[in-house]
Formats: sequence, C-alpha cells, structure tokens
Amino acid sequence: MVLQSLKLPELIQEIRGAKTQAQEREVIQKECAHIRAAFREGDAPQRHRQLAKLLYVHMLGYPAHFGQMECLKLIASPRFTDKRVGYLGAMLLLDERQDAHLLITNSIKNDLSQGIQPVQGLALCTLSTMGSAEMCRDLASEVERLLLRPSPYIRKKAVLAAVHMIRKVPELSDIFLPPCTQLLHERHHGILLGTITLITELCEQSPAALTHFRQVVPQLVQILRTLVMSGYSAEHSVSGISDPFLQVQVLRLLRILGRNHEESSEAMNDMLAQVATNTDTSRNAGNAVLYETVLTIVDIRSASGLRVLAVNILGRFLLNSDKNIRYVALTSLLRLVQSDHSAVQRHRPTVVECLREPDASLSRRALELSLALVNSSNIRSMTQELQGFLISCPVDLRADCASGILLAAERFAPTKRWHIDTIMQVLTTAGAHVRDDAVANLTQLIGGAEELHAYSVRQLYSALAADISQQPLVQVAAWCIGEYGDLLLSGSCEETEPLQVQEEEVLTLLENVLQSHLSLPATRGFALTALMKLSTRFQGDNNRIRQIVSIYGSCLDIELQQRAVEYNALFRKYDHMRSAVLEKMPLVEHGESQDDEPREGKEEPWNPNKEVQSHPEPPASNLLDLLDLLDSANGDAPPSPALDLTPGDSLLHLLDFPSTAPTLAPIPGLKVFDREGLQMNLSFVRPPETPSLLLITATATNTSKSDVTHFVCQAAVPKSFQLQLQIPSGNTVPAQGGPPITQVLRVFNPSKAPLRMRLRLTYNHFGQSVQETFEVKDFPLETWQ
Amino acid sequence: MIKFFLMVNKQGQTRLSRYYEHVEINKRTILEADVIKTCLSRSKEQCSFIEYKDFKLIYRQYAALFIVVGINDTENEMAVYEFIHNFVEVLDMYFSRVSELDIMFNLDKVHIILDEMVLNGCIVETNKTRILAPLLILDKMAES
Repeated sequence: MVLQSLKLPELIQEIRGAKTQAQEREVIQKECAHIRAAFREGDAPQRHRQLAKLLYVHMLGYPAHFGQMECLKLIASPRFTDKRVGYLGAMLLLDERQDAHLLITNSIKNDLSQGIQPVQGLALCTLSTMGSAEMCRDLASEVERLLLRPSPYIRKKAVLAAVHMIRKVPELSDIFLPPCTQLLHERHHGILLGTITLITELCEQSPAALTHFRQVVPQLVQILRTLVMSGYSAEHSVSGISDPFLQVQVLRLLRILGRNHEESSEAMNDMLAQVATNTDTSRNAGNAVLYETVLTIVDIRSASGLRVLAVNILGRFLLNSDKNIRYVALTSLLRLVQSDHSAVQRHRPTVVECLREPDASLSRRALELSLALVNSSNIRSMTQELQGFLISCPVDLRADCASGILLAAERFAPTKRWHIDTIMQVLTTAGAHVRDDAVANLTQLIGGAEELHAYSVRQLYSALAADISQQPLVQVAAWCIGEYGDLLLSGSCEETEPLQVQEEEVLTLLENVLQSHLSLPATRGFALTALMKLSTRFQGDNNRIRQIVSIYGSCLDIELQQRAVEYNALFRKYDHMRSAVLEKMPLVEHGESQDDEPREGKEEPWNPNKEVQSHPEPPASNLLDLLDLLDSANGDAPPSPALDLTPGDSLLHLLDFPSTAPTLAPIPGLKVFDREGLQMNLSFVRPPETPSLLLITATATNTSKSDVTHFVCQAAVPKSFQLQLQIPSGNTVPAQGGPPITQVLRVFNPSKAPLRMRLRLTYNHFGQSVQETFEVKDFPLETWQ
Repeated sequence: MIKFFLMVNKQGQTRLSRYYEHVEINKRTILEADVIKTCLSRSKEQCSFIEYKDFKLIYRQYAALFIVVGINDTENEMAVYEFIHNFVEVLDMYFSRVSELDIMFNLDKVHIILDEMVLNGCIVETNKTRILAPLLILDKMAES
C-alpha cells in the first residue's frame, strides 16, 4: 500500500519520532522515494512542498541532488511561493560545481528586471550566494542599474550582490567603483553598511582604489560622528549604542584607509579619541565598538597619546570579569607587544594572573603573551610563574610552555647556576614534553660551568634517586654522574648540604636505570657509558661494573651489545688504556651536530682509517688511460693488504690504535731530475684526515753558475687520479744555490692505485731554452697506499 | 567574513545550517558534530570564542539550542557575538517567544530572516522592523 506523501510538519514529526539512526534513515528514504516520484510526475501545485521537504532532509545531511532541476522549474514559475522555495533550494543545493547553475541565469535576469521588490530581493540574494563568474559577468549591468533605484530595500541587497561579484570577477570593480561615493551620502543604514563593505572589498583588492577612497575619509568620520553624538535613536540602538554594527564597519574601513598614510590618520585621530572615551562600556555592544577602535588605533599612524590610550583600554579589558573581553584583550595585546613593548609591560601582572584561568583559549593566549613579555629584568619572577603554570596546565600547552621557558632562560639567564636549576626543574616537571635538544643543551651547559660541576652532579643525583621515569632528566643525570662521579663522592660542596653517597649506591642507581622498563634505549646507552666511566673515577673494586658490562654483552639491543663488548675488551685486553680512554670530556662546542651519545673523545680519529682496506684493488691496467703519455707496459698490480678478521675481532680493530697510528710518519723524498746543476726534488705529505690526498712539494734548486729563468713545470697523471697544480713561488732560480722554486701539487687518489706521473720542465739555462719530459714511476709506497 | 551559521541542539541535531562558503555534504555532518562537541564541553565561565582549525567559532547558548557562527579572522568577534543576540531578538519578535519547535516547523521563514540579515557572509541589516517587513507582507499575501 502506497502511503500518502506527508506534509512537511508531519515529516518533521516522523523524523523526530524515530528512535534510532536506522529508523530515521528508513523514514527519510521512503519520503525521498515519494518526492522523486512526485517530481517525475510533474505535479505543479505540490512541487514546492516536495522541495521544501527535500531541503529539510538535505539539512540533515542526506543527498538531495535530484532536486536541482526542480529548483529551476520552481524559479521559473510565476507564483511567489514557488519562487521562494525554488530560490532557497537553489541557494542550498546548487553551486558553481554543478552544471545546472548556469540555467538559472536567465531566470534571475528576468526576475531582476521585473520590478517586484520581493522577487528582486530573492534573485539578488541567490545571486550573491551562489553566483559563479560567468553569471556575474552576465548580470553585472542589471545589478548596477538596481544600485541606483530609489528603493532602499533593493539597493542594500544590490550593494552586497556587487560585493560578491567583485570577489568573483575582479574586473567588474571598475563598474562598481563610481557609485560608491554617491551611495555614502545615503542615510539608510542598510545601504551604508553595504556600501562600506563594498568599499572595503574594493580597497582590499586594488591599491588604486585605496588611494581613490582616501578622499572619503572625512565623510566616514562624519558618519561616525553622527552615530556617536546623535543620542538615542529607536531604530538602530542596540543596548544603548546606536548601530554598533555600522560603527564597527566604519572603523574597520578607516583602519584600512589609514594604514601607512599620515594624512588620513591625522584626520581620524580626534574622532577615534572621542569614540574611545565616549562609548559606554557596560554592555557587550559598547565593548565591541571599543575593541574595533583599539584595533584601528594600533594599525594606523596614530599619535602616541592615542596609542597609550589604546593600551590602557586593553588593560581595562583585562581586568573585566567577562571572559570574552579578556580573550579579546589578550589577542590584541599580543599584536601590540612587538611595537609598544614598554606600554604592555605595565600590564604584566594582570597577564600573569590570566595564566591561572581555567579556560583553555584564555590560558593559551596568556601563555604566549607572557613569553613575549619576558625580559632580563623580570626573568626570575616570570620563570617562577611559568613553572607554576607548567605544573597545572593542560597537556597540549605543556610542550609550548616548556620550550618557552627554556628559550627565555637561555636568552636572559642571570647566572649559570640559576640556568641549570631552571632547566632541571623543567625537566623534572615536564620531561616528556621538552624538545630533543634540551638534553644536549643542558649537558653542554653543565660541561662549560666548571665551578658548578659538584653542585650539578649532586642535584642531579638527588633528582635521579627520587624518580627515574623522566627520560631527558635521566639521560642528563647519567651523563653527569659518569663524568663527575668523583665529585659526587667527595662529600664537600658549599652550595648544598653535604650528601653522603656511597659508591655502591651510585652503582645500584645506575643499574636500576639500566634495568628499568621505563628507560629508552638511548637512556640505557647513557647509563652503560656512565658505569664504564665510573670504573676509573671510583677507587673501589671494579668487579661489579665488569659484571654488569659483561651481562650486556649478549643483550638483544645491538647498540647496547656493541658498547658492552667494547667495554669488555677495554677491561680485558686494554686495561692499561682504560683510564686514558675514559678521561673527562673536553667542552663540546655549541652548535655541532648533537648526538645523544657523547663518545669518549679519543674514538673519533679512528673512523677514517678503519675498514678501508677491505676493498680489493682494481687491476692496474684499468688505470692507464687513453692519454698515451704513459705506456701501459707495466703490470704491477699492487697486493691488496690481506686482512682476514674474525667477527669477534672486527670490533677490536677499532681499538687497535697503536699499529695504524695516523701520525705523520715522514715519507722519504724523491729526486726526479738533475741536469747541469738544476735539480728537482719531490717531497711528500699525506695529511691524516684525508687519506686519499697526497701533497707533493716540488723544489727546483740550482747549483750551477748560470741562472735558470722562465722555469715552468707541467705534470700529468693517469686518469684515475686528480691533479691540481698550485702557483709556483717563482720562475727563476738564481745561480749558486739561490732560493729555490717550490710548487705544490695536490694529487687525489681515491682508488689507491700506484702513483705515476709525467713531468715536463721548460726553462732557459746557459742562454738556451730547454725542454725536458720524463716519467716518474717509483714513488714510495706510502704515497699511494 | 562569516563562513557558516549553525543552530544545533544539545543532542547534536542540526536545526538550521547555512554555509557561506562551499563545504562538501559529508564534511558538513562531521563539522557540525565536531563543533557541537566542542561547544558542549565548555562550561559557563569559559569564553565564547573558540579557535577551531582555521576558523574562529563564536557560540551562544539559548536554553537547549546552541547558535554557532564560524568566522575568519577579519571579523570582529564581539560584533558577531552581538549579532547572534540580535538575530535571536528578531526571531523572538516574529514568533513571539520563539522556541526550538518554532524554528523546526518554520524553517523556511527562519531562512528568509537569516537571508535578510546576512548576505554572502556579510552583515547587511540589523534593524528588526526592516528585516521583518517583507516577511510580514508575504504572510499577508499568503493568507489572502
């Protein structure tokens, strides 16, 4: 049995009556089926009811696109009720993305030219809601005509339709610019409101319009004056203020016009002061106007007295009990704090009080503002307040608060000790939320403050003993205890009360950290290294430490395992070097790449040398190039250094420092040329940090009786090398052992192939020009291996 | 610019929704649910302006109905707060002691009133008599 289709109120009742989501959907689907059937049948009188139901359903979130064509039909119908529903449907269902929207253009055009006000109003309304660029272009002239018609009802709508049009099609602003000045003379507030919005839009879009409209500033001021001075007007007054909406709009436009423009700003100054002082602030409407005034004062080039007035108004807002006003005041003060810092400082106590607000938006604003207000004179009290806030603040603000405190401390810390204390406190309260480099910063800070080593290690020890769950704190504490463990035990420190700590207690604590499931792998690494360092710092027996270290030699975590094995080796085979390896670290430079694991200082230089020898050397023939300066006869493939390492020993190789010490063992020089008293010697240097680089210094000496002049040395090497010749010291070698010419050649030999070089010397000697070319083959092994 | 205007009741059912900037249908329901959840979780002492994604929400509670307006940052929040109250006063004048049921059953009229007051995201008319004038004419025509 087909149910009769429902009227809209009944439909609503039914939907309300549905107890579950599924039931509601059922009702709606049934109804939509009816609606679709009705649309198909084309029942004209009832169509608007069906569409009304469809719109209701659409509002609840169900798809309603099949109603689009119906909207069009309804709009085209002559009956007003149909048109009304049709336009409403058009506004809700159609938009630029649907293809059907262009079909409305014609209907709108007809309606606009009809002259029946409500119909025109509807059409304008729809146009300004969903008009696309093409529609706007087509209908621009119609709208312009309507701007100048006498009826205010239509004009105010036409103005706002114009706003929409220029948003969509900026070129149309030329059409709408001229009527604006005329429209400003209107008395009707609706038109004024619309016009001001239009002017605002025009000014925002083009700077040319902005300059054009600067001339209306006096007029705007006049409007404002009438509003403020006119007293009670029944039509427009909202809680005692005459038309606050218009006032706010005018103020905003004045702001845009006066920005960066002296003249306009001056014209507005008096008016702004008047508005600021005369507005009644007991109700929200007055406060809204005052807020807008303050924003305007701040943005334009106002007199300083006016700015102070603005800041004072904001300060008064802050003291107001209404939360909305406080929020607004905090937001504006945040904008002001850059430019009028000292003025805002005066309100610091109130701002700090706002930190304690239970409201999240307010406390967030207050936090930002407080952080901006911190300077060197109030750092201590502010930090105290902020730390108090940190303890009680909601979780999402913690990270910001913590990093803010740390930043402020870094910039304005009065003493190092205070700084360390502050950071420690932040880590204790909010350790999980600090940024990663806080740990590194703190260690660097402590490392740099020698006089505070004892103090800091003591504090950190007590903090650690109390709580091992805050990871950054644990990391820093572990590092500190490792480095300065001896200071911890010595028992005397004048800054805190003496703390009697036994070695065993410290070891137990570090062991707890190692074993705790709360510790991150990085933290464990810190703790293990700290234990190792303590083996040299503490006087007692190292058995316990050795035990722990050897247990971790089979840990599943690779990082820990590697460390444990290395430390084990330190104990077993290299005990004599242990103290040297585990010395106190030098100060780490700030800004270097901060890795969490401060390695013992001596391990770094080994990196370039280890595990290079595993590459087999390419056969020598590959090196000899197409440059046939060098003959490819020789087949002396250099032996690849045989390094068969057992897996267990591979790590030991890292510690095998004595044999491959990269100290600069002198490489024997080579004499390559000797003729008639002119000799050329090559000396070699291999800098340890760049193993594939060889620096050759070629020295030409003259023991003959005649000078050598115009001396030029050229060199060529096989293609696998790179050669750079630097500028020689000169090109003349005077006779009888005069000062030689030196020239540096840089040879880059990444593949460690045997070095060969061809040299060509050209010079004048004994009145003759000489050119000599020769090859040098037997370079010492150390130069290229 | 006003981005959207919503009237949602405490149970999360939308009584009126008007978007001045295009939002997909499925996103609308999510948005409305999210917005009402945020508003419900605030207590009376907290301020009426919430920052939500890239809008600001300004809400006012009238009995069991929340009126929420989403704006971007060019608008004066307090003016919009006042505007919400103005809108409710207009509804009050038209329906004489408006209630949620009035709004539900006369949704099209409420839309007309809203369209008289806000056009394309901008406030156009706030004078109650002028707003209601065309509506009263319409009603007279419908009766006759």
